[in-house]
Amino acid sequence: MTDNTAEWPLYEVFVRSKRGLNHVHVGSLHAPDAEFALRHARDVYTRRNEGVSIWVVKSIDITASSPSEKDPLFAPSGDKVYRHPTFYDIPDNVPHM
Amino acid sequence: MQVDQAPLEEAFEATIAGNDRIEPRDWMPEKYRQTLIRQVAQHAHSEIIGMQPEGNWITRAPSLRRKAVLLAKVQDEAGHGLYLYSATETLGVSRDELTRRLIEGKQKYSSIFNYPTLSYADVGTIGWLVDGAAICNQVPLCRTSYGPYGRAMIRICKEESFHQRQGYELLMTMMRGTDEQRAMVQESVDRFWWPALMMFGPPDGDSPNTAQSMAWGIKRHTNDELRQRFVDMTVPQAKALGVTLPDPQLQWNEERGAHDFGEPDWDEFWAVVKGNGPCNAQRMAHRKAAYDDGAWVREAAMAFAAKAQEGQND
Repeated sequence: MTDNTAEWPLYEVFVRSKRGLNHVHVGSLHAPDAEFALRHARDVYTRRNEGVSIWVVKSIDITASSPSEKDPLFAPSGDKVYRHPTFYDIPDNVPHM
Repeated sequence: MQVDQAPLEEAFEATIAGNDRIEPRDWMPEKYRQTLIRQVAQHAHSEIIGMQPEGNWITRAPSLRRKAVLLAKVQDEAGHGLYLYSATETLGVSRDELTRRLIEGKQKYSSIFNYPTLSYADVGTIGWLVDGAAICNQVPLCRTSYGPYGRAMIRICKEESFHQRQGYELLMTMMRGTDEQRAMVQESVDRFWWPALMMFGPPDGDSPNTAQSMAWGIKRHTNDELRQRFVDMTVPQAKALGVTLPDPQLQWNEERGAHDFGEPDWDEFWAVVKGNGPCNAQRMAHRKAAYDDGAWVREAAMAFAAKAQEGQND
């Protein structure tokens, strides 16, 4: 077994399942470069017409929010109930609202 | 500085209790992480090693249709292995490390793949019984507590249905054939029935990890529960196919509303798990050879990528 080979970098794969929908994260794979990552993603994640478009991005290039800071990070939206339509009382006899 | 783990553990337990999912960057107990790495890696290895028994028949499939189906199926097994390796890597272990642990025998794969495929009927029997047992095991795992594992299982389960149906259809076709072909199917079912029952693992009393795995929501049912479910599902399928399941104790129990059935040979099970099955050495040698023979491809692809990158930077 050869240990001198560096592991191929990890790519995250996003697939648009059909036109009109967002790309959605489906998993990851290893590839030597982005071009190969796309080809591998086609073989691994779209063997049954699951996609019309694929994005790949190196995993190390993703910046993510930290789960431990979840509460302070999302706190600013927690107490702003007036951002929701149900905050406002409208009489029942007012149509189309 | 000593980090206080109590609130972290509390949050973890609350997530599990609320039937919510644990995600990769969440804090989790080290034993939960290690249990998952062991289970998901073993599952991934099983998919990859599982390509061998059926791959054995690709060049000898009796028609172009059967060959195309078998190729697609074996390619799916590779895909399933990759989804699961991808899920395992989110637990902080590298793909190279996982491959190394498999090749060095430090991690296991399902013992079913250490049995040989002696006749073409085995391709059908594996689809019907082995993939059928896998589906029984895997459907509840779609709701496992670790997010990436559950998501991989959902993808896999969608594809397993094709595997089971193509196997059953293959056997039905053979059963409509000659006496010799019907005998081939029966002989194949006789060989695979007991190993298929062993796929659910040892009896609950001998499965020390089950209780903790269920408390953590990694497993949703015990080995014996799943084995019973599989037997109950399979009996009417065997009847429709016209084959006999090789268990004289197999019969419907009105009181339990389930089938009674005999005990698999657990000595054989443990012998195969410990490496003494009919094909253990062959499977590992083949996997290692494939890895070693592929080294130059991995290196060449890296060199090519580096060179292309250099060209861009000029």
